[in-house]
Amino acid sequence: MKPAPFIHHVPKTIEEALAILAEVAPQDGRVLAGGQSLVPIMAFRMARPAHLVDINEVKGLDKLAVEGGKLVIGARVRHAAFHKNVVDGPLGKLLTYVVRHIAHYPIRMRGTFCGSLAHADPASEWCLVAATLGGEIIAKSKRGERVIAAANFFEGIMSTSLAEDELLAEARLPLLPADAKFGFYEFNRRAGDFAMAAALVTYRVAGGKIADARVGVGGAEDRPRRIPEAEAALNGKAAGDEAFRAAAEAAAKAVDPLEDVQTSGEYRRDLVRAVVRRALEHSA
Amino acid sequence: MSAPTKGSGTTWVGRAIRRLEDPALVTGQGRFTADLPAAHWVRFVRSSVAVGKITNIAAPEGAHVITAADLKGVKRIRPMLHKFNYIPVEQPILAEDVVRFVGEPVAAVVAMSEEEAEDIADQIEVEIAETKPLVDARDAIAKGATLVHAQVPINVIVEGKVRTPDFDATWKGAHKIIKVDARSRRQNATPMEARAGHAIYEASTGRVTFTCTTQMPHLMRTAIADVLGFPESDLRVIAPDVGGGFGQKMSLAPEYVVLVWLARKFKSSFAWTEDRRENLIAGFHSRDQHVTLEGAFDKNAKLVALNADILANIGAYSCFPTTCGVEPLMAMAEMPGPYDVRQYACLSRGVITNTCPMAPYRGVSRPVITFVLERLMDKAAAAFGIDPIEIRRRNLIDKFPYTSAMGLVFDEATYKQTMEMAVEHIGLPAFRVRQKEARAKGRHLGIGFATFSERTGYGSPAFAARGMEITPGWETVILSIDPSGFVEARIGSSPHGQGLRTTLAQIIADELGITPQLIKVIHGDTDRAPYGWGTFASRSLVISGGATLIAARKVRAKLIKIASHMLEAAPEDIVLEDGAAKVAGTDRSISIAKMAREAYHQTHRFKGEIEPGITETGTYDPPGTFSNACHVAIVDVDVETGRVAVEKFLVAEDAGLIINPMIADGQVHGGIAQGIGNALLEEIIYDSDGGILTATLADYLPPTAHEIPPIELHHIETHTSASITKAKGLGEGGTIGAPAAVINAINDALSPFGVSIDEMPATPQRIRAALRAAGEAA
Ligand SMILES: Cc1cc2nc3c(=O)[nH]c(=O)nc-3n(C[C@H](O)[C@H](O)[C@H](O)COP(=O)(O)OP(=O)(O)OC[C@H]3O[C@@H](n4cnc5c(N)ncnc54)[C@H](O)[C@@H]3O)c2cc1C
Repeated sequence: MKPAPFIHHVPKTIEEALAILAEVAPQDGRVLAGGQSLVPIMAFRMARPAHLVDINEVKGLDKLAVEGGKLVIGARVRHAAFHKNVVDGPLGKLLTYVVRHIAHYPIRMRGTFCGSLAHADPASEWCLVAATLGGEIIAKSKRGERVIAAANFFEGIMSTSLAEDELLAEARLPLLPADAKFGFYEFNRRAGDFAMAAALVTYRVAGGKIADARVGVGGAEDRPRRIPEAEAALNGKAAGDEAFRAAAEAAAKAVDPLEDVQTSGEYRRDLVRAVVRRALEHSA
Repeated sequence: MSAPTKGSGTTWVGRAIRRLEDPALVTGQGRFTADLPAAHWVRFVRSSVAVGKITNIAAPEGAHVITAADLKGVKRIRPMLHKFNYIPVEQPILAEDVVRFVGEPVAAVVAMSEEEAEDIADQIEVEIAETKPLVDARDAIAKGATLVHAQVPINVIVEGKVRTPDFDATWKGAHKIIKVDARSRRQNATPMEARAGHAIYEASTGRVTFTCTTQMPHLMRTAIADVLGFPESDLRVIAPDVGGGFGQKMSLAPEYVVLVWLARKFKSSFAWTEDRRENLIAGFHSRDQHVTLEGAFDKNAKLVALNADILANIGAYSCFPTTCGVEPLMAMAEMPGPYDVRQYACLSRGVITNTCPMAPYRGVSRPVITFVLERLMDKAAAAFGIDPIEIRRRNLIDKFPYTSAMGLVFDEATYKQTMEMAVEHIGLPAFRVRQKEARAKGRHLGIGFATFSERTGYGSPAFAARGMEITPGWETVILSIDPSGFVEARIGSSPHGQGLRTTLAQIIADELGITPQLIKVIHGDTDRAPYGWGTFASRSLVISGGATLIAARKVRAKLIKIASHMLEAAPEDIVLEDGAAKVAGTDRSISIAKMAREAYHQTHRFKGEIEPGITETGTYDPPGTFSNACHVAIVDVDVETGRVAVEKFLVAEDAGLIINPMIADGQVHGGIAQGIGNALLEEIIYDSDGGILTATLADYLPPTAHEIPPIELHHIETHTSASITKAKGLGEGGTIGAPAAVINAINDALSPFGVSIDEMPATPQRIRAALRAAGEAA
């Protein structure tokens, strides 16, 4: 469990980082952020990058601010930044609630929000947040900058539309309206483990009826995504057990479940049903 | 955790003093095998396939690689039993022409650093003509199954059979037969420190010092010297601080033989630190058993006969020194547990498969047999329409000594009392009310009981009964006072985290009238400690403690003799206290330090009446003593997801005289944590090709602090005549009772659904599958 040899680059500016990345990307050069996913994978030699472009000393990447109705999260912002409220209103509360489900305290002190998105574990809480809320990813390279919608970003298990020479410079999450409700629930076998299924829901209640429902499911399929069938079961209904159960059932039906020895497709659907209903109950 | 159990206070024995070993450990001053510098590092190339013929091993140019071909003259490991149709199989140090399990060491790469060794190992190509493996014990005994070792017919390597004379007649006359078909999945003991070894050649003497993380330093010396064919006196084995063992570090690792071979051959130092993946794949496994148990009851729900069929999957080779008989034969001997049952039939087989070899793991077979037997009791209670406590009341042993159907002698114990104590403290009636209320709201709480006996501190006759060629049992302690008056106990036992330095010092302190802090306990070095068996089987405090007491009494007698000489008083009038010998009723006294000086440097004054020096030896080889306990688990089963949360755990325990209550409680707490892991989480999973799917701690799931509930402990102290210190062992009890209590609690919670969970671990998926099969209508 010792990584294969690699060259460690420590750029100080974003330009420098992008230049090195452009040069080393073709030789399996990779960005190193918090290292909480990459380093274990290297220790197992499942990844053998010849170069690591360590962004921990790059200036400007620690931005965490509201700009133009969006929360901007720079590539050096650690999970632990969200232990306290970073923005007033429901979004800040949602993030402080969700962050406690990510791994364990020491890992949250190192791992980054953007690193989670780039790593794209199907069970990642932040990926679920980005997919459900309609976040944006700002990708920068020597070639320029582009904005990728979360819905187009996650492509499969640990696979994204980020090009190998691109740095995920920041992520943006739209603020939630002041009257938005949110609910989150995840299932795992031990505290701190990756979720075997997780659900994040947000909606508003207008005239006694649910509106603008978003139901995101993570950990159940090869990527987190919104489940339109579940959202349809909620919009226009009174918030309550009946609608919640219908939405949970719809989600359980809609997913194309990942299977492994510990989790049959049937069992994963059971979990999706449970987490969606419980996320909705949590919201109420 | 509940408040620690307090001791009495007038003697050192019985007091919860702090552990003498902890200041170094908690300040980072502990010294472990991997802390040693080495000139060369070794990485093992392991088989990635379960079975096949090795056709080629290709190494990069210039790499220093050792394969079986290099180890000419090195013997194979040959564990041996002389009973129970045991068929000896030999394990080569490195795979010779075939591999038999994923993880089997095939080659050793030597390099200047661990990193470099791993880089080279990566480039070694082992070609193996793969054939179909046998993974499950039931498949391995099926008709026409291939043979893992040609000399072992139907893959059964050891077979125990028993049938008491009146079994058949009693069976026929029984009122009800209750059956449990149980499965215990495979586990790894997961000590915090995985295996590690460091061998260094000493040019001036031609000896090798081998430091390793072992529970049995002397046995390692014997085994390695035997396999390599050189005198034991040329090998010094050191077990420095050891980060847990749980049985995994009893058995000889073939990797260790390679390290000593390298040191002798190349006259240098060689080290290996196992990583977690290697440990999970190849660091020994346990508890992979199928058990079918039937109980015959009379009309009063009294158990009259037991019939057991045990299949233990022992992996591809037998472990040294215990042999793979340890699981199936212990299961056979102790299956009837704490219950009075006169008729017993059992067929217990150890089955060879293409999986990692089995080795003892804390509790060995007893977590499995207790789980099965306690399921049987709960099922029988349900069938008779009586309470699970009531059926145990009718069946627990309560007259002592009791000789079991297998001929085991049970010393004084408190099976019923501990159960009643547990029932009282857990508040059973109040729980039933709460359970009913919760059920009405869709929450499924359950309570489970496990009563069990824990055979501990058994000496050589017990092991001889198993026919072991290497028959462990006794322990020796050499206790001396040096000229400066300090006390040193050199012990053959080899603690690795249990606090034995402290508890033995407490025993000595009471005999000699000094404080434990002045006593050094030396262990884990074959050059300094007397030959001994190390630490396993809940034996150390009973056996090494007994030997310590014997030696301490002799030293005490000698000090009194010296004092009586120096103080010119009658021996009967001398008391040892506060570090001195005093003449009772006078102010005359002499310090131990002064007596020690005299005993070494002024012996002419003894006029030949007292031998010089103060060194005494104690050896103890007891028959064994049974501890007992009742464990209670309260669980909350989430029927939608199958997840089980253990809400509370309670233990009423009798381990005889408790030498240090804090240490005793710690042993129970740790064991329960492992038992909860056993019941709910931990499982080594093979695919049908014999590959391991759980080779990281993200897949193999030991419990974390979050999964362990508050644990409440109660003690009864029965002073047994089977142990001279009056102490019984308790190192394994936590692991033995907890799984059964948790599984029974799950079944209690799910009783409205009519399901029976008889498989460990009871994973969420398995619970959901059972509920789904039962149609879930509650
Ligand atoms: C025991 C354990 C439990 C865990 N449990 C959870 C959990 O429950 N939920 C969860 O979400 N995560 C969990 N994690 C993972 C953790 O959250 C990681 O921190 C996270 O997945 C990756 O962030 P990082 O900053 O550590 O990225 P790194 O490990 O440094 O990188 C991960 C990958 O992303 C790439 N990358 C990182 N940053 C960028 C960037 N800015 N631009 C381009 N590429 C980039 C890297 O090249 C690499 O391929 C766990 C980790 C451990 C060790």
